[in-house]
Amino acid sequence: MSVIVEIANLRKSYRRGDQVVSVLQDINLKLERGEFVALMGPSGSGKSTLLNLIAGIDTPDSGRLEIEGIDITGMGEAELARWRADHVGFIFQFYNLMPVLSAFENVELPLLLTRLNRRERREHVDLVLELVGLTDRAEHFPSQLSGGQQQRVAIARALVSDPTIIVADEPTGDLDRASAREILDLLETLNERLYKTIIMVTHDHIAAERANIVRHLDKGVLTDLVERPRQRGSH
Amino acid sequence: MWSFLLRLVLRNCLRHPLRTSLTVLGIVVAITAFGLLRTTIDAWYAGAEASSASRLVVRNKNSLTFSLPLYYRARIEQLEGVKSVSYADWFGGIYIAPKNFFPRFAVEPRSYFELYPEFVLPPEQMKAFVLDRRGAIVGRKTAEKYGFKIGDQIPIIGDIFPGNWSFVLRGIYHGADSKTDESQFFLQWDNLNETMKKLAPDHANEVGIFLIALERPEDAPLIAQRVDKLFASSRAQTLTETEKAFQLSFVAMTEAILTVIQIVSFLIIVIIMAVMANTMAMTARERRGEYATLKAIGFNDSHVVALIAGESLLISLSAGAVGIWLLYPLAEWVGHRFGSIFPIFLVAPRTPLLAAAMALLIGVVAAIAPAWRASTLKVAEGFRGIG
Repeated sequence: MSVIVEIANLRKSYRRGDQVVSVLQDINLKLERGEFVALMGPSGSGKSTLLNLIAGIDTPDSGRLEIEGIDITGMGEAELARWRADHVGFIFQFYNLMPVLSAFENVELPLLLTRLNRRERREHVDLVLELVGLTDRAEHFPSQLSGGQQQRVAIARALVSDPTIIVADEPTGDLDRASAREILDLLETLNERLYKTIIMVTHDHIAAERANIVRHLDKGVLTDLVERPRQRGSH
Repeated sequence: MWSFLLRLVLRNCLRHPLRTSLTVLGIVVAITAFGLLRTTIDAWYAGAEASSASRLVVRNKNSLTFSLPLYYRARIEQLEGVKSVSYADWFGGIYIAPKNFFPRFAVEPRSYFELYPEFVLPPEQMKAFVLDRRGAIVGRKTAEKYGFKIGDQIPIIGDIFPGNWSFVLRGIYHGADSKTDESQFFLQWDNLNETMKKLAPDHANEVGIFLIALERPEDAPLIAQRVDKLFASSRAQTLTETEKAFQLSFVAMTEAILTVIQIVSFLIIVIIMAVMANTMAMTARERRGEYATLKAIGFNDSHVVALIAGESLLISLSAGAVGIWLLYPLAEWVGHRFGSIFPIFLVAPRTPLLAAAMALLIGVVAAIAPAWRASTLKVAEGFRGIG
């Protein structure tokens, strides 16, 4: 297995009024291709901040953060935007779909930044919508879909440009138990069958059980590492 | 990509139909009001705009309310470069009630209409007017407004020239072009003078102004100087100026009003600009999460700016187009309704261009602050508050 995420001595702090609040302290982490990692920890522990740094939507104060051997800490905004388009798929707690776009158009969004023509884009979108089981909902708008369906559209959007990593911030946090299970099944399938590297932030122990690596954060420090083989059929 | 952004802009515009409709309505009203006010200013200057460069007006140097002796005409005619001379008097008066205003002048028929070829009258009507000392001629607009027909008796109550006057309508003129005033009423100066001989002999054989047709328009300053020099030691000294300067001297009396109208026309734009800027700021604030999501996916700042600017411009320009479209029938209605005050109330070609520029300015200015905020928005910050 090749290393896909390598983090060394990563620090991040925020200024709150006159005070500097340290959020991440000397984070060191290596993730390998094809892993499904869950980042857990109490609120304010820095797990979402770490996820944002890995996804290139926030910048660290110091340290090294390499994705596929490329250090992204020195990139400017425009360069980071291009890098994210090529390498990162996002799944958010509240789906973050464009309400005025249909499911098809939402999924098509990342492909508009590529050189693919209309026909090729349609093929890609049709494929991922089929993968998430929403072919018959392609023309529906987010308001016409359930929470679980909206999250599946978001997963299709994260997947459509075949990114290097998929980052998911509390992907089941806004869903009922049944929908959450469907979403976790889907993420697991992506990881196992398509060999997608997934980094997921979650509060939910049931969700974390689907990951093969669980890392805990407490007060900005990575504490323990839990590696486990998946328990088939336990969910 | 850009076709997608345009589609997104269109759909974003329709997300809050009530908000968009009210904003569009506000801009439509502002642009139409702006256009109407500009047209009002133009209407004020219409007389000066329509005046000829080859005509001079001679009046009493002391004031327009003082007259000049009729015999000056013969002396002016002697001057080199003068083609012809006519004369006129402001008659004033009231037609039934003071609200029925239209300009009334006493003129010497032959020379006056030679001097003003823009007043087009059929020859037989002109002949009938010349032959009838109690005759009168009226412009098409005034005739239509009051339903005057040839042969009608038109009673006028005198004010400057007291008495109950009655005139027989002998002709209806129309303008040679759209800039010609079609609201005026002309009576024979001889008719007025005959009455003055009986009622106020001291004021008989006196005229309000002389009108000079020039051989060459470029001689205007020189001839004006010669006329004034000619009567410099007479009992009634003259002030000679081009017809345009003469008309502008009337406009100058109301310059303060015009300045206020100008200021108000631009204030309307500034107010709607503030309203539109507030709408766009509110819209962009609501969509922070969406802009952050687009940026996270890989869209750059220029895409987000294009979304905001596109929406702002689409609203302002489409509303501007409707406002300009409405301006024409409204200006026509105003021209018809207030024709006696504004004989020429036409939308000038530059007015819709200026209105379109104002609509563009509204769209650009309203987009600046929200576009700036959205382009500098940090992705992680944009996600806060979603949910």
